[in-house]
Amino acid sequence: MIKFNVTDRYDISAGRSFMTNLLSLVAGLFMIGLVFLFLGVNPFYALFKIFSGSFGSFYGFKETLTKAIPLILIGSGLTLAFRAKFWNIGAEGQLLMGAIFAAWISLFLGDHLPSYIMVPLMFLAGFTGGALWGIIPAILKIRFSINEVISTLMLNYICADFLTMLIVGPWKGSTRFGFPGTDNFPDSAILGLISGSRIHYATFILSILCAVILCIVIYKTRFGYEARVVGENPDAGRYAGIDFLKTTLILMIISGGLAGLAGVGEVAGIHHYLGYPAAVSSGYGFTAIIVAWLAKLNPLLTLVSGIFFAGILVGGDAVQISLGLPAATVGIVNGILLICLIMGDYFLKNKITLTIAKP
Amino acid sequence: MEDMIVSTLERAMVAGTPLLLATTGEVICERSGILNLGVEGVMAMGAVVAFIVTMTTGNPWLGVLCAVGVGMAISILHAFTSISLQANQVVSGLALTMLGLGISGMMGKPYVGKPLLVKMEDLTLPFLSDIPYLGKILFAQSPFFYLAILLALAAWFLLEKTRLGIQIRSTGENPKATETQGIPVTRIKYLCVLIGGGFSALAGAHLSISYSKSWIEGMTAGRGWIAIALTIFALWNPGRAIGAAFLFGFVFVVQYLLQPLGISPNFLSMLPYIATLIILLFISFKDPRRLSAPAMLGEPYKRGER
Amino acid sequence: MRGISKSFHGIPANQDISFSIESGEILGLLGENGAGKTTLMNILYGLYQPDAGEIRINDAPVRIHNPLESIALGIGMVHQHFMLIQNHSVLENIALSHKDTPFFFPTVKIREKIENFSASFDFNIDLTKKVWQLSAGEQQRVEIIKALLNGADLLILDEPTSVLTPQEIKELISILKEMKAKGHMVIFISHKLDEIMDICDRVLVLQKGKIAGSALTRDTDKISLARMMVGRDVVFNIQREKIVRGNQILSVEHLNVMGDKGLPVLKDISFEIFENEIFGVAGVSGNGQRELAEAVTGIRKAESGKIRINDRDITNTSPRHIYDQGVSHVPEERIRFGIAPGLFLYDNAILKQHHLKKFSKRYFLKYKDVKDHAKNLMDDFNVSAHSIHSQIRNLSGGNIQKLILGREISEKPQLLVASHPTYGLDIGATEFMRNHLLKLRKTGSAVLLFSEDLEEIFELCDRIAVIFDGEFMAILDSGDSRLNDIGLMMAGSKRI
Repeated sequence: MIKFNVTDRYDISAGRSFMTNLLSLVAGLFMIGLVFLFLGVNPFYALFKIFSGSFGSFYGFKETLTKAIPLILIGSGLTLAFRAKFWNIGAEGQLLMGAIFAAWISLFLGDHLPSYIMVPLMFLAGFTGGALWGIIPAILKIRFSINEVISTLMLNYICADFLTMLIVGPWKGSTRFGFPGTDNFPDSAILGLISGSRIHYATFILSILCAVILCIVIYKTRFGYEARVVGENPDAGRYAGIDFLKTTLILMIISGGLAGLAGVGEVAGIHHYLGYPAAVSSGYGFTAIIVAWLAKLNPLLTLVSGIFFAGILVGGDAVQISLGLPAATVGIVNGILLICLIMGDYFLKNKITLTIAKP
Repeated sequence: MEDMIVSTLERAMVAGTPLLLATTGEVICERSGILNLGVEGVMAMGAVVAFIVTMTTGNPWLGVLCAVGVGMAISILHAFTSISLQANQVVSGLALTMLGLGISGMMGKPYVGKPLLVKMEDLTLPFLSDIPYLGKILFAQSPFFYLAILLALAAWFLLEKTRLGIQIRSTGENPKATETQGIPVTRIKYLCVLIGGGFSALAGAHLSISYSKSWIEGMTAGRGWIAIALTIFALWNPGRAIGAAFLFGFVFVVQYLLQPLGISPNFLSMLPYIATLIILLFISFKDPRRLSAPAMLGEPYKRGER
Repeated sequence: MRGISKSFHGIPANQDISFSIESGEILGLLGENGAGKTTLMNILYGLYQPDAGEIRINDAPVRIHNPLESIALGIGMVHQHFMLIQNHSVLENIALSHKDTPFFFPTVKIREKIENFSASFDFNIDLTKKVWQLSAGEQQRVEIIKALLNGADLLILDEPTSVLTPQEIKELISILKEMKAKGHMVIFISHKLDEIMDICDRVLVLQKGKIAGSALTRDTDKISLARMMVGRDVVFNIQREKIVRGNQILSVEHLNVMGDKGLPVLKDISFEIFENEIFGVAGVSGNGQRELAEAVTGIRKAESGKIRINDRDITNTSPRHIYDQGVSHVPEERIRFGIAPGLFLYDNAILKQHHLKKFSKRYFLKYKDVKDHAKNLMDDFNVSAHSIHSQIRNLSGGNIQKLILGREISEKPQLLVASHPTYGLDIGATEFMRNHLLKLRKTGSAVLLFSEDLEEIFELCDRIAVIFDGEFMAILDSGDSRLNDIGLMMAGSKRI
């Protein structure tokens, strides 16, 4: 009789961790392949197309980096929040709020100020917008014990409606292709691009900087230590005299603010106007959750996982057009990969041995 | 004027139905200690499956049955990762939502915008439906409505007045103590997650074959999340969920009442989500120490041997 | 049970244990913490599977795979930590465990059955009360009812007296004697020699997983049993020297505190503690000790009253501020409150001290200093672990406690609040802890000690307070003869 013995694994080395993650991803890709098969598409062809679309060509790679930037920005902020077990599912709304604030600055001040003032101002505004939207669920949780998953999600919907309200109402500008939006941003408010691509300098550098800075914050600062203790054991945190309100507020300012920065990048770097929520962000706030999780909540690793997922998004776009798959496929990919990661985590934390026992 | 009130209340009942179904399911699930954030995704799956099956076979009840089956099947994923793998229940539930929304979007693509030709007939109860005002509101509704209320009452009865109910509630409060008395805690948790999934799918089925008789991606519009908030509002009691869900149905419907007053429709569509936050605020004043929640909700349980 | 062996993670908990028990017998199972008593009984009850050996009932071998089977065989167990659902009523709890509970309306149908049963044993418990509203003794009785109602012939009691007042212990003994008269068998697990001698007919002594001896209680004495239990002559070698006490460090005046359920849990508490003194609070767990410790260390709000350290009012100030005033705390539940399990040892070494200048500079933590400090702690306090980089959850309870103690003492506190510091520790660690507390006392600090172990209280404390239901029944010097009635005071029957 074969018996499964599950025991705690005490020593988790970085190497094992990496291998397990890799295997989980491979397993995930395998499942995705099955999905393609089910859809009547050759899985190898589809997967190949995805990766060649995003990493195979220079153009593809540039697109991948473009999409990676918001994922890294948001993802690194999420690693901090998640480490403190603050489940910020509202990055999407925080991103939009950042975009709104940036649009406000650029539309109403852009004509009067030169770009070297406009651009930093926009980023400041975007950060503030995202941070404000992030503070709300922080206060709701600490003062009113309201579960942050629900509050951040509700704020997503509220912000999306708010944005739509603005662009069909007071901020309505010229119409483009039948969808409403604001006017184009004035030149001074448009982010400079690395030539030949859609990668905007400012956010590119920002994203790398933020990943590094956040890594330092988490591991080397007192605040980072306190956030980690709060996430590990809130009771011990209270015993240790940690101020929950202050810690939660700061981490949500950071997480929300970073999402806001991503919003600025999208709106001032790529689209150059403020449109429907779906036009501004293609679900970055949610994909970033997986990016953070894949990075094992280490902000430096979001650089890697962010590029990987951006690759899937870009490749997914390419495949969608050429193979006629619906846009919802991305959700399936994300879901499958996340589940495989969770399962992989289990094998990482537990040692499974088989024993053959006499009945 | 009266007609407007009556028709608003009638529509509030309709709008509250999916909320009640999903909330009842989530209450049962959470009472066993498992937090299921996948409701939104499962609801979408239920909606799409019900729609497709109904459209292809012409039989709405078959559609409902298939939806429930699929809902339960896909919930097994979350059950497995949360119970057997003791993974983080928040992340697992989110994965389920992503998967559910994704798969349903994909399956539903060819059916977007196609109207459902087969209708699920409203059930008009004789005599009762002739009562002025109340008759139209309460007794001439879609079968889902009656089903939702009956199921909620049945759930309440199950939890409070049966042996299984005690076992479920004890599992959520203290799985270790419950297991020591020989009760199969793992099996109960699986059962409750699956039941919850079935209910969420049922809610989705209502949306696509009774409420709007069509399919479009994103039609769940956050109702799954609202249901999760409503479980808290209902203090994990299916009886209270009835009141909570229809109160919310009213909030959904009041948008249309207020529209002619010139208020921005976008602001009005925010109302349900703002209302969710407000009721959660309200609850935090009433029950600040969260004494009503199952004590071990969301905590992974490692069974048996050290 | 014959030849029973069991190991966890390669560490043997039971090695080749054999014994038997007959009807109408009370068998004591004696041993220190970690000797393997609970493991052995968990095997009998079906919670664990033995690696080797067999169990026989009425001379027929049986395999017990889970508690359901053991219950069916007539075995019942009352665990040390009650397996009750606190938020549910007594009826619901019994209904949960009973074999023949009907599916519909279970509580209604079971009620009659329980009432008839209780009458024959003279339990009186309000069945509709929620479990958290019952006293520890009453909760234990619910557990016993559960077991007997399921037809238990053999009842296993794991450290049953650890949460009872002396009066409740007497009641338990009379219940056990009644059961014995009715032909039931009882296995009584304990590490307290007095109880074993009083209650049991025979005693089996376990030491480090093996049988160290067995005897009829009428044929043996405490010294022999103690020798068997520990393997050497046990003489508690702790001398408490007389020290003149110094200035007042802590003053508590008319303190009123609310508990978690919204009811008052501390009522008009007043006392003082001085330098060079260990002030002990004796009492059964759950009478307000935890909340008092929390109020003094700033984790719990005081509704009214004043707490002063060195004459400075610290009532309701932040825990960090109170810490900075020189109040350290060794918490009652060391895993739950004392450490962050997923972090490393060196992270935990500064859990409460990380804001101090020596460990943090502006916004950053000075990790080199932190790690040096951790290393020192490990050496000075005998914490045995792989290295400072070990994950703290891998340490044994004793080592975690030593680390916490070291952490709290290392900053030379004015007042150390120690909540049940030796609970669950083996003899070596216990001695270590107690010696350190005495050392603190000698070097001019004050100690506020909460303990359920009366032996510990008498050994260490200069003055003793007895707490019951949130009030101090008495505050006496340790030599005061009125302390003979401490049992009555703990039970609320006497006030001085």
